[in-house]
Amino acid sequence: MPVKIEIPSPLRDHTGGKTEVAATGTTVQIALADLVSQFPSIASKLFDGGKLRPYINLFVNDEDIRYLDDMDTAVADGQVIAIIPAVAGG
Amino acid sequence: MNVATLDFSIGLRCRVCGKLYPKEAINFCKDDFGPLEADYDYEAIARNISRAKIEKRPKNMWRYRELLPISGEPSVGPQVGGTPLVKADRLADALGVQNLWIKNDAVNFPTLSFKDRVVSVALSKAREFGMKTVGCASTGNLANSVAANAAAAGLESFILVPASLERSKILGTSIFGSNVVAVDGTYDEVNRLCTQIALKYGWGFVNVNLRPYYAEGSKTFGYEIAEDLGWRFPQHIVCPMAGGSLIGKIHKAFTELNKVGLVDQANTCKMYGAQATGCNPITDAVKTGKERHKPIRKPVTICKSLAIGDPADGYFAAKLIRESGGWAEDVSDDEIIEGMSLLARTEGIFAETAGGATIAVARKLIEQGRLPRDEEIVLCITGNGLKTLDALYEAIEPPVNIKPSLAEFESLVVGHEPIVA
Ligand SMILES: Cc1ncc(COP(=O)(O)O)c(C=O)c1O
Ligand SMILES: [Zn+2]
Repeated sequence: MPVKIEIPSPLRDHTGGKTEVAATGTTVQIALADLVSQFPSIASKLFDGGKLRPYINLFVNDEDIRYLDDMDTAVADGQVIAIIPAVAGG
Repeated sequence: MNVATLDFSIGLRCRVCGKLYPKEAINFCKDDFGPLEADYDYEAIARNISRAKIEKRPKNMWRYRELLPISGEPSVGPQVGGTPLVKADRLADALGVQNLWIKNDAVNFPTLSFKDRVVSVALSKAREFGMKTVGCASTGNLANSVAANAAAAGLESFILVPASLERSKILGTSIFGSNVVAVDGTYDEVNRLCTQIALKYGWGFVNVNLRPYYAEGSKTFGYEIAEDLGWRFPQHIVCPMAGGSLIGKIHKAFTELNKVGLVDQANTCKMYGAQATGCNPITDAVKTGKERHKPIRKPVTICKSLAIGDPADGYFAAKLIRESGGWAEDVSDDEIIEGMSLLARTEGIFAETAGGATIAVARKLIEQGRLPRDEEIVLCITGNGLKTLDALYEAIEPPVNIKPSLAEFESLVVGHEPIVA
C-alpha cells in the first residue's frame, strides 16, 4: 500500500481534479518526486529552484515536517502527507 | 453619491510576485502560495478624502472607510473603534521617558480587544460574499470577537481554539451561541485544521480565506493614533505580535495617510515588536538576524493571546522592524505580570497579558537604550485584563480579610490620622 498525498483544492487543476494521490517513496522528498512524475505541472507550484516554496507546509500524519526531519522525514505505507497553504492565522 | 463607489479597493495583490487577484474569498496566490493583500486606487482615494470629511463622521473605525476594502455600508461592527489615546504621564515617569502615549483598545467595542476592528471588516466582507457560516482559529480574542459580531449579524459561527485557553476566553465565546470547538493542540495545529476546513467547506474563516480583508481592519488602529496626535505620527511604536499582522498594518496605515495627503510628514516611525519569551519566533528572528523565523513547536507562556509559534506574517514583521529602524524584545511571564500591574497602578488601565508584555518590553528597550527617553513613544494596548484573570490568581495578593469592625480596620491603617479624634 503506497503513501497518500492530500491535494488542497488550489492544486487540483494539476492532478486532474484528484483530492488524493497515491505515491511511492520512503521519505517525503521521494514521495513528492513521485507525485511530480505523475503530474509534472505541479512541480513549479510546489518548488522554486528545487526548494519547497516558503508558503507551503507539509504534514505527515498531521505533524509539521519542520518538527520532524523536514523533506527527509520517513513515510510508511498508508501514511498521509498533506500539502497545506501556510498563509493563515493571526 | 452611490455608496458602492466608496470602495476604492482594486483587488488582492500577491506580496511575493505582485499578481493581482479579484476581490474574492482567497488568501494566497495560486502561483506561489504567497499572501494576498488588499490594494487600492490611492489617487482616487486622495481625491475623495479630506481631514474635514473624516472629522465630521462618528468617532469609530469607519470614518476611514475609503481606506478599507468593503463596498457599501459596513454591515457588521458599525460602532467598532474610536478608542482613547491616553497621555500616560505617570507611566512615563515610572519608565523614565518624557513623552508617552497609550492607545487603549482594551476598551474597544464590543469585545474589548483590537480584534473587533479586523472582524468587522472580515464579516462585512463575508456578508457581501453571501456567506452564512463564518469562523476562525483563535488564541482567544479573535474567538470572542467573531462570536459576538457573528451573533449580532445573525451568522452561524464555528470557532476553533486550543483547548488550553483561559476559561474566560472560552466562556466569552460560548455565550454568543457559537459552535466552539476546543482542539487538543497548539494554535498552529488549530490553524492548520481551519485551513483544511475552509478549503473543504468554503465557509468564511476570518483569518484564513478572508484574511486579506481581516488584516486591513488593523490599519484603523494606526489611523486613529495619527488623527488623535493631530494628524501626525509618533517617532516610536511598541506593538505586541502574534501572527505579526497588526504591527505591519499600523505602519501601513501611516504610509497610506501620507500617500493620500492626510498627513504631510513622511512615515519614519520606528516599529518595535513585543512577544513573550515562551513564544518568541519573531523577536528571535530580529535579535539573531534570521531572515525567516524558526517556528516554535510548543509555546509555553501565560500570554496565550500571543502564543502563535509559526506566525503567518513573521517574515514581514521582522523585515519591517529591521527596516524601520526599530527592534524587538521578549519578556518572561513574571515580567509580563509586572507589566500588567505597572500599567494598572500608574494609568488605571487593566490590560491583558499581551499588554503586560508590551509594557515590559518597552521597559526593557528603554533600559537597553534602544527606545530614546526624550522622544515620543506610543504603546499599543490591544486587549482587556478581565479576560486573562487566570494569569493573575497566583501572582496578585488576595485582599486583607477582616471582620466588620472599625478596630480591625484601623489596625491596618496605622499612620493615617482621623479627621475627628
Ligand atoms: C490582545 C492581542 N494583541 C495582539 C495580538 C497580535 O496580533 P497579530 O496576530 O496581528 O500580530 C493578538 C492576536 O491574537 C491579541 O489577541
Ligand atoms: Zn504570487
